[in-house]
Amino acid sequence: MNAGTQAETSLWSDAVLAAALFAVDPVGTVGVSLRALAGPARDAWLAMLRERLPPAMPVRRIPLNIADGRLLGGLDLAATLEAGRPVADRGLLVEADGGVILLAMAERLTPATAARLTAVLDTGEVALQRDGIALTSPAQFGVVLLDEGMADDERPPAALRDRAAFQLDLTRIAMRDAVATGPTPATVAAARIRLPNVSASAALAEAFCSAALSLGIASLRAPLLALRVARAAAALAGRDSVSDEDAALAARLVLGPRATQIPAPPQESDAGEPPEKKPSDYAPPDATGESSEESSVDAERPLDDVVLEAAQAAIPADLLAQLRLGTGGAAGAQQSGRAGVSRQTAVRGRPVGVRRGLPQAGVRLNVIETLRAAAPWQRIRRGARLGASMPDGMPRRLEVRGDDFHVTRFKQRTGTTTIFVVDASGSSALHRLAEVKGAVELLLADCYVRRDSVALLSFRGRGAELLLPPTRSLVRAKRSLAGLPGGGGTPLAAGIDAAAGLADAVSRRGQTPVVVLLTDGRANIAADGTGGRAQAEAEALAAARSMRAAGFTVLLVDTSPRPQEAARQLAAEMGASYLPLPHAGSAAITGAVLASTGPVARVTRAQ
Amino acid sequence: MSEPFPFSAIVGQDEMKLALLIAAVDPTIGGVLVFGDRGTGKSTAVRALAALLPPMRVVVGCRYGCDPAAGGKWCEECRARVAAGTLKAPFKSRQAHVPVVDLPLGATEDRVVGALDLERALTQGVKAFEPGLLARAHRGFLYIDEVNLLEDHLVDLLLDVAASGENVVEREGLSVRHPARFVLVGSGNPEEGELRPQLLDRFGLSVEVKTPMDLPTRVEVVRRRDDYEHDPEGFVLKWKKDDGKLRRKIETGRVRLASVKVPDTAILRAAELCLALGTDGLRGELTLIRAARALAALDGDAVVGDKHLRQVAPTALRHRLRRNPLDDSGSSTRVERALRELFGA
Repeated sequence: MNAGTQAETSLWSDAVLAAALFAVDPVGTVGVSLRALAGPARDAWLAMLRERLPPAMPVRRIPLNIADGRLLGGLDLAATLEAGRPVADRGLLVEADGGVILLAMAERLTPATAARLTAVLDTGEVALQRDGIALTSPAQFGVVLLDEGMADDERPPAALRDRAAFQLDLTRIAMRDAVATGPTPATVAAARIRLPNVSASAALAEAFCSAALSLGIASLRAPLLALRVARAAAALAGRDSVSDEDAALAARLVLGPRATQIPAPPQESDAGEPPEKKPSDYAPPDATGESSEESSVDAERPLDDVVLEAAQAAIPADLLAQLRLGTGGAAGAQQSGRAGVSRQTAVRGRPVGVRRGLPQAGVRLNVIETLRAAAPWQRIRRGARLGASMPDGMPRRLEVRGDDFHVTRFKQRTGTTTIFVVDASGSSALHRLAEVKGAVELLLADCYVRRDSVALLSFRGRGAELLLPPTRSLVRAKRSLAGLPGGGGTPLAAGIDAAAGLADAVSRRGQTPVVVLLTDGRANIAADGTGGRAQAEAEALAAARSMRAAGFTVLLVDTSPRPQEAARQLAAEMGASYLPLPHAGSAAITGAVLASTGPVARVTRAQ
Repeated sequence: MSEPFPFSAIVGQDEMKLALLIAAVDPTIGGVLVFGDRGTGKSTAVRALAALLPPMRVVVGCRYGCDPAAGGKWCEECRARVAAGTLKAPFKSRQAHVPVVDLPLGATEDRVVGALDLERALTQGVKAFEPGLLARAHRGFLYIDEVNLLEDHLVDLLLDVAASGENVVEREGLSVRHPARFVLVGSGNPEEGELRPQLLDRFGLSVEVKTPMDLPTRVEVVRRRDDYEHDPEGFVLKWKKDDGKLRRKIETGRVRLASVKVPDTAILRAAELCLALGTDGLRGELTLIRAARALAALDGDAVVGDKHLRQVAPTALRHRLRRNPLDDSGSSTRVERALRELFGA
């Protein structure tokens, strides 16, 4: 308990430091990804940040699903009509120039919005090409990503997180932990003035790069950001050059949270010379004499070690656990099946943009955009209708033509259909079948809550059989499960092919299929119905490859009492996740399937 | 960002740089697609290209930037001026930067294709055409960052114009067509969505960029970036000479391009390679030959040989392979394998 609070206190003091460093250089450090639910801890942090920013600095909050017109700017319709000349509306990003933007619910930002933001972050300006206005305005700002995600895959878009120097997690901070206050606003203001003149030794870039590499951080932005944070840290401490302490702090704050692997102990890494030797090898030709002297002053402890050690201390505690489960690195690849692919529809879902077009059946007219398109034509049309003379006293009527019509387009998340493919052959199933049935029933209950559907295929004897077409009906599913017979050979290829066929049909109907294959991987019936292990296995592998080519999300649950190499290979060929469940009961299978197919896993687990 | 990061200061990423240089030497190559990891300098390279390109001549008074030497491809306005006698040979021309136009993701259709001139319509009630981004990109480059996130209707529009080299605007009372020949450059991250096959095929060259994983290269990248951020002017000055060398290489490459010979053996080789890889259509072969010729022109070679074909084959072909369910290796590996089989180790 005591130790826990201590860890939380240091978490908070790091968060405080990060706020101060970000306040010193919001544009250079680009951003903070702040994971916390709305609450006192987050409010305290934000208030602290606000206090440390100059009072005149703009701070703008950007709501989720903001329209392009407000984000980037566009034609100010009301002002334009009133003034009789085009009036541009400055977007929020331009208003925030020189300041900070807060992105609400950043974990739900779409890649499209994120890409608009990253373009502005990278160029430092908003290139407006909208509504007949072409305008480039400076927009340099720091970003705070307010991440309210709860599950591991609920994160702000990677493109933004990659650019933000700091990644803080305040979810476990309670008000009583939030005691440290950190550098005063006056110190921060002084540091801001000092920052442009802070120098860093040439060895520093290398130390950060090398630490990033051994922590498995691929992005090159991380060491670059660490470098900037180290400079800000030196400025904050009142130094004119970056010390080891500043480097360590930057490594802890920037590199630590990004680690994807635990660095190998030095004696095990045989790739390359010891780190002490490296600096001289590729010091740039223009490296000044004084900076290399500086780095050799503290020769008793190489900078590389200082940096790496500091970063290592901040590696998230759950990383080890994640790596052991093998979910850390592969998380990205498996996400596709979780929430259903989004697709464009006519009238429902989230609006994703406006385009010119007639409001036909099932398409919704966007009145504002239509008026915006019609606005510039008013004088011309009125002139054309009334001839050359255009008396000003005429009652004005808005002239809208077919060409002006704009419609809103929507995007909708589609549902997920989980296809269970059960190996009901003698080798695999008999003693497992009951557990599998139990698992499917539990999943069905969960799918019912999520409004997702379930289908059931089984294969045994000479071929595969569709026991349950995609359905949401609990009763029907239970009935067909109860009647699932077992025994016979294992026509694995037929089972996989049938699953691929069904998955294809499901995706054609606009649903996202997730295939869960429960088998021991030991095929012994070929596609033509004859026995023969060698040919059956070859066919199963071929079927697995075509399943992979189709790109469906597949989970293979190895149901044999001891994990089988055959099943593992099959999973690899299929591009599937592999789950050996030698002693799993139905609850365990359910948990595993949910973990890889749906974010609603907690619902069932909590029971 | 007044001073872009110098092109020659970009560390590594040779394939991407070469593809852009090839497109600069031979704009008919059909565009460059750069796909890959975050933070690998994709957009930096394209924006750097703008500063690198040798200037071009444009007809004075032409808002589409017509080439004084290519009368046959002029816009309607220039032709009308010639017919009216206000534009006479020798045509007055001025020097201009080759445009590298950014198509931002939030752009609306009217700004891309061009539309009614707002200012004049509202204040004077005059119906005039205001050229859009496509017009500005004429004879230059049109760059779309995160091309896979571009809205579908804009993609369709671009495809159409890129294929025909002409932008046609038909809207109530506005009927305008103007030349719009540009090199389409797209970049993106495959994790954020695949590119539609129609658009994929439209790019002549495709480059895969990866984050360098060796320490010396990474250190050099970070160091140069850091130096640049601290003193942009000084950094650009330091690389000015190298950029100048590259610029001359492009210039001489362009001059030499027409005289580079493509022997029948090279054409045969290219056909064999495409056959072995099963690429769809003739576009692959054509692009391969063209890219090899541009490379030979860049390198100062008079004849296209195996070495050129070999070097550009992955870039010209990797995005044209059909998915083979029985072969799960990446398309780059497949091209490499076919190259080894045909050309020897």
